Amino acid sequence: MPKITVDGKEFEFKQGQTIIEAARENGISIPHFCWHPKLSVSGNCRVCLVEVEKMPKLVIACSTYAADGMVVHTQSEKTLTARNAVMEFLLINHPLDCPICDEAGECKLQDYAYKHGKGESRFEEIKMRKEKRVSLGPRIIFDAERCISCSRCIRFSDEIAKQKQLTFVNRGDRVTITTFEEEGFDNPYTLNTIDICPVGALTSKDFRFKSRVWEMSSTKSVCIGCARGCNTEIWVRNNQILRLTPRRNEAVNSYWMCDHGRLDTFKFVNAEDRVDGSFIRREGKLEKADWETALKEAAKRIKEFKNSEIAVIGSAFATLEDNYLLTKIAKSIGTANIDFVRHVIPGDQDDILIKEDKTPNSLGAELAGVKPGKNGLNISGILDGIKAGKIKALLVMDDDITTFAPDTEEILTKLDLLIVLAVNFNKTAVMADILFPAASFAEKHGTFVNFSGRVQRIRPAVATTGLDRALDGMTMSRWDKFGSQFDRWMQGHKYDSKPSWKILAQLGIQLGIKIKYQMAEEVFDDLAASADAFKGLDYDVIGDLGAEIKIKVKEPTLA
Amino acid sequence: MELKRREKDLTVWQKLYIPEIVKGLALTLRTMFKPKVTMEYPEIKFQPPSSYRGRPVLVQEENGVERCVACGLCSRVCPALAIEVQAAETELEKERYPKKFEINMIRCIFCGFCEEVCPEEAIVMSKDYELVFTNREDAIYGKDKLLVPVEKLKDRLEFLRKFK
Repeated sequence: MPKITVDGKEFEFKQGQTIIEAARENGISIPHFCWHPKLSVSGNCRVCLVEVEKMPKLVIACSTYAADGMVVHTQSEKTLTARNAVMEFLLINHPLDCPICDEAGECKLQDYAYKHGKGESRFEEIKMRKEKRVSLGPRIIFDAERCISCSRCIRFSDEIAKQKQLTFVNRGDRVTITTFEEEGFDNPYTLNTIDICPVGALTSKDFRFKSRVWEMSSTKSVCIGCARGCNTEIWVRNNQILRLTPRRNEAVNSYWMCDHGRLDTFKFVNAEDRVDGSFIRREGKLEKADWETALKEAAKRIKEFKNSEIAVIGSAFATLEDNYLLTKIAKSIGTANIDFVRHVIPGDQDDILIKEDKTPNSLGAELAGVKPGKNGLNISGILDGIKAGKIKALLVMDDDITTFAPDTEEILTKLDLLIVLAVNFNKTAVMADILFPAASFAEKHGTFVNFSGRVQRIRPAVATTGLDRALDGMTMSRWDKFGSQFDRWMQGHKYDSKPSWKILAQLGIQLGIKIKYQMAEEVFDDLAASADAFKGLDYDVIGDLGAEIKIKVKEPTLA
Repeated sequence: MELKRREKDLTVWQKLYIPEIVKGLALTLRTMFKPKVTMEYPEIKFQPPSSYRGRPVLVQEENGVERCVACGLCSRVCPALAIEVQAAETELEKERYPKKFEINMIRCIFCGFCEEVCPEEAIVMSKDYELVFTNREDAIYGKDKLLVPVEKLKDRLEFLRKFK
């Protein structure tokens, strides 16, 4: 293998790597704005200039191939002088906007100006003025003054999103980014450009001015928008989710996620229609009841029916743990009528990230055992059974089953008992006889299995009444750490909800099954011991980036 | 170890008693004819110099708009976590404004860091030292109490220009 020396450290590199790539793999970070590991090299920001021995001039590390015996200096006087000069040029027309800029705190230009800049300006002329609030498509606002023309957003649209929608116009200091006429910047991946923009030129219309980045806590999680299961960070302040950002995982989503996943999969968590506390229907109306009353009532009424008159419905939105507990409940009741609803939009997928299965865990639900047992009914069988009066009691977990067919709502009215575990008051939940408040994906520990069979963990980012940020090891912002109950920023509402597996465990105890789980981890360990697919896996093995299941995956049977 | 005893016995001169009384009365008498330094608060109020750090307030421009752009630096620098800011978008040129700006006066320690860090000279320490509240909720000052017209803060703003 050829060798290269960077800052006195000699290491091997693969033929065809550039200096910046070779250095990065060995823990030496060379400053860069326009270079991105997943995009083509453009080489226009010039901040990665380094000194290479025997070369007459400095070279840019992002487009110079590493060669055997090359000696590179990234901290020599010549390099530092050049870097300072580049920073000075970049800052000449960059407005002093940091106080009103959303990027502040996670801005590459800010960081590098602090690390590599001179700390003063010699520029006394008038800065270039450009438009500050240009709407680039439906989700993004462009501030032309802040742009340093690195072209990352243009290259992203061309190469990753495969939609040529952005371009440079004009020259010199008048250069700016624009869309082609009338078309606008609108594709399923536009918001990734905000993440890769090294400055605050591109901002999200949805998140704009909502919070400074240092005021939020971030929790590692998984997107629930489709079966891809993109790795994400959930950003929370005052117990409210403010934004989702992608988290790098080369096995799943690389650096990216789609706009649908980023914008449409978290707002229901803090929505008005959350189920807050448990409810029992009395005289036709859902009335609030405490947990114990509701659990006892549910157990009592389940026992009124014959085994074959009961059916349970799991969920591809719920975790493995939730679904596993549901199978246990079904077993103890003695019913084989168990299935879940698939949410598939045929054809709505691409070869980038988006999958047509719009749930994060349909494979997981199957592997956990949510499928009809011997002589058991599947979902359409269950609904037909209700219609025919054979099924009289139904337990639905974490899903709105009215989406299954247009007449489902009408069919459900024929039931004698409908027990629902729901996050929001959806169409199924409002029909419930007994309604339990389920914790959302952002409020519990658990695991999903994505379409390719990768088990991935989710963690609580929002606290419920049963969770304490400090005691339960949740991520904490500075506000969370030092706030008291008298501070208004600590008074974000905590919903009285529990993870579905916990509700089912308590229901199981009422039904007379021995269940002793305290943590989601124990449920998973139990599942791993009983199912071949998860043999040898535990939360530590799964870790931050997930682990493959142990059996060969065939695409889940899509109904 | 030998304990040191405090001298308790008085001298003969002190034991005589009368001279000490006379000394004390003489001091009182002398002070009666000196100019008064005590201020009869609250009838008479102390007018602090411009360097005084009273409660922090927000500067309101002549057109009624606050200077603050809700950058949140005061909130970040505040060692007592007294300040909470929520930004929102405005049609004005400055783009951002504080939809909510609250200072918890129970937490505030009057250090003046917020004033020092402010990039817009939008939060300044006033001369107001009369802070009374009888419960925790009243101690949280919102924009209604914090906004002060710029004319009333001229002293402090001039002081800042000179020394900041």
